[in-house]
Amino acid sequence: MTRRSLPGMLAMTAASATLLAACGQAGQADGGSGGGGDADGGTTEISMWTHSAGNPAELEVYEQIIADFNGSQDDYEVVMESFPQGAYNDAVVAGAAAGDLPCLLDMDGPIVPNWAWAGYIQPLGIDEGIIDSLLPTAVGRYQDEVYSAGYWDAALSIFARESVLTENGIRIPTTDEPWTLEEFDAALVTLQGAGYETPLDIGAEDAGEWWPYAYSPMLQSAGGDLIDRDTFLTADGALNGPEAVEFFEWFQSAFERGLASDAGTIGNEEFNNDEVALSYTGVWNALGSLEAAGDDLLILPPPDFGNGPKIGGASWQWGISAECADADGARAYLEFSFQDEYIAAFADKQVVIPATKGAEELSEMFGEGDPLQPFVELSQLYALERPPTPAYAVISSVFERAGKDIMNGADVQSTLDQAVQEIDANIESNDGYGF
Amino acid sequence: MAMPAQQITPHALPDDDAAATGRARRRARSAREGHRSAYWMVAPATLLLLLFLVVPVLLAFGLSFTNARLISPNPPRFVGLDNFVRAFTSDPTFVRSLVNTFVFAAVVVPLQSGLALLMAILVNQKLRFVTWFRVVYFIPVVTSIVVISILWDFMYQRDGLVNSILDTLTFGAVQGTNWLGNTSTALPAIIVLSIWQAVGFHMIIWLSGLQTIPEELYEAARMDGANAWQQFKDVTWPGLRSTMVFILVTITIQALGLFVQIDVMTQGGPRDSTTTLVYHAVQQGYRRQETGYGAAISLIFFVIVLVIALVQRWLTREKD
Repeated sequence: MTRRSLPGMLAMTAASATLLAACGQAGQADGGSGGGGDADGGTTEISMWTHSAGNPAELEVYEQIIADFNGSQDDYEVVMESFPQGAYNDAVVAGAAAGDLPCLLDMDGPIVPNWAWAGYIQPLGIDEGIIDSLLPTAVGRYQDEVYSAGYWDAALSIFARESVLTENGIRIPTTDEPWTLEEFDAALVTLQGAGYETPLDIGAEDAGEWWPYAYSPMLQSAGGDLIDRDTFLTADGALNGPEAVEFFEWFQSAFERGLASDAGTIGNEEFNNDEVALSYTGVWNALGSLEAAGDDLLILPPPDFGNGPKIGGASWQWGISAECADADGARAYLEFSFQDEYIAAFADKQVVIPATKGAEELSEMFGEGDPLQPFVELSQLYALERPPTPAYAVISSVFERAGKDIMNGADVQSTLDQAVQEIDANIESNDGYGF
Repeated sequence: MAMPAQQITPHALPDDDAAATGRARRRARSAREGHRSAYWMVAPATLLLLLFLVVPVLLAFGLSFTNARLISPNPPRFVGLDNFVRAFTSDPTFVRSLVNTFVFAAVVVPLQSGLALLMAILVNQKLRFVTWFRVVYFIPVVTSIVVISILWDFMYQRDGLVNSILDTLTFGAVQGTNWLGNTSTALPAIIVLSIWQAVGFHMIIWLSGLQTIPEELYEAARMDGANAWQQFKDVTWPGLRSTMVFILVTITIQALGLFVQIDVMTQGGPRDSTTTLVYHAVQQGYRRQETGYGAAISLIFFVIVLVIALVQRWLTREKD
C-alpha cells in the first residue's frame, strides 16, 4: 500500500505540474508571440521586440511608425513589446530556445551573423532598393545574404576644445591629415604637462561590447584585427601579430604613463567639465558636449595608427525571426518604416547618424552645415564592420578580457597568444561556424 | 491535504479479544495513514529537489562529455574527456580559478569561523545594549550581497572611503591603492568584504551553540579553580563540538562557491587574480556559450566540494 502510494503520488504531482505548465504555455500563446491567428476581422498580429525600454525618445518614434503602419492598411497589426537593453539578448536567446520568438526583433549589428547561423533569423528579403539606399554598415550580412537593416549607425571620434589645442600648440587634425600615433602621443604628453592629470578619457571604465567596439578599430588601424578575415577560421597572426603587439604595447603604456585611466565615470562628464582635454567617445554624447563647449567643440577623426583611422560600424538593426508565420507582414512593416522622415526622427531624437542620404538632409543635426555633420563624414570614410562571423560573440568577450589584462600590466605577447588560443579553440569546437 | 494520523480507540466494545484485534488493526491502519501523509509532506520537497537538483546534476554530467553549445544549429556531439583535458592542460584561467578558489577558502574558513566565535562570545554576555550589538553584526547578513558588493566597489576605489580613512588615520603617511584594480590586493579585498558580510550569520550559530552549554558546568569549573582560558578550553569548546562541525562544513561550501562578489566587482580581473571556479563555469558555459565545457567545470567543482565535505566529515567524526 505505502509502496504503491509513493509513485502514485509522484505521478499525480507530475500530472498537476504538467497541467500547470500547459496553462502557462496557453497563457503565453494568448500573449500573441510568433504571429498568426487572425481572430478579429482578418487583421494578422505581427509581434515585435525592441531593446529600447528605458529610451523614451527611441520608443516614441517606433510608436509613431507602428501607429502609422497599422492605420495605413487592414491586413496586419504590429504589436510592440520593449525590453531593457541589459536583459534583451538573454530574452531573445531564451525565447529562441522556447520556440517563442516574435516576428520582428532588433539586434546589435555584430550579433547578426551569430543569430543567422543559429537559425534564429531568416534572410530579410525586403526591397533591394531600400537596402542599397542605406549606409553599408547599417546592413547586417552573413555569408553574402542580408539578414538585417537599421535606421542609423553610430560613430566614435575624438572630442576636443579648439582653444585648448591652440594654446598648447597642437595641430588640429583633419580627415585629410589625421593625427599619426606619434603626434597623438606627443599631444597627450603635452596636455599632461599643461595640467591635465589624465589628458585622455578613453572610456576604459566601461565594460562589455564597448571594449571591442572602441578598441578593435584602433587595432585594425594599426594593421591587426580580431580574426583573419580571409578564412574566419583563426585569429592567429591577426590578433597576436607584430602589429597587434605594437598597438597593445602603446595601449598599455598610455595607462602606465597616466595618459589614460580606467577610473572615472562612464559617459562624457569629464570632458564636459574640462577635467580631460580629449575624449574618445561616440556621437550619442555629442549634444551634451556641444552644450558644454559650444563653438569651441571639435569633432576630430580618431588617430591613424598606421593603416588609416578606423571606426567600428553597425549599430542596432532589425531582422525577422525564422519562425515568423507572417514574414510578409513583417516585411511590409519594415519596408514601410524605412522612410526618410522616420529615419531623420531617430537620428535627431537619439543623436545617431541617419542611414540614408534623404534623412540626412531632413535631419536638423546631421545635414550639410549642421553641427554634428562631421560624424557623417567620419562614418563614411572610416567605418569598418566588426568581423561578420558567428564567432564574434566569443571574440568580443575574449578581446575584452585580453584588453583589460593588458591595461592592467599583463605581458602583451603572451596575453594575445592566449586570447588567440581561446578564440581558435572555440571556432574549432563549433566546426568552423560554417566557414 | 494531510489527514490526522492519530485516532482515539474507543473502549466501549464488550469483547476484550475483539477489542484487542480491532485496536491492532486500527493501529496498523493509522500507521499506514501516517506513512501516507508523511509521503505527501515530503513530496513537494522531493519533487523540487528532483527537478532543480538531481535532474540538472545528471544533465550536467551528461553534457560535460559533449561539445553542447548554448546557441548552435548543430546537435551536440560526444567528445569523451576532451573538456576535462582542456580544463587542466590548455586553460590557464581554469587553473587560476582553482587556485584562487582554494586560497579564498583556506583564508576565509578559519578566519571567518574564528571571528564569528569571538563575536559570539562577546555578545553572549549580560551587558547593556548587547541586543543592539547582535543586530548590528547581523545587518550585513540580511542585506543583499549584490548591494554590498556595489557599495564596497565604491569604497575600494582610489579616492574611495577606504583610502580616505587610511589617509586620515595615518595623517597622510599611507597612500592606499586602487584595491580592486591591483592584482595583489584584489583577492584580499574581496576576502575582507566577504568575511564582513557573512560573519554575522555564523556568529548567530555559535551563539546558539554557546547558549546550550549549561551554566552549572561553568560553575563547577570555577569551583575547581579553572581560569577563563581553561573554562573555554575544557567546557566551552567541547560543548560546541557539533556546532563547530556544522559551521566548518557550511563555511567551506559557501567559500568554495564564491561568485556574486566577483561577478559584480571584478569580473575575474585584473589578470585573472580573482576568477573562481563558479565564475569561470558561468563565464564559459553561458557568456561564451560553451555549455558542454561549462558543465565539465561544474562537474569538477561538484567533485571537489564533495571530496572536501567528505574529508571534513571523516576528520570530525565522533571517534569511538
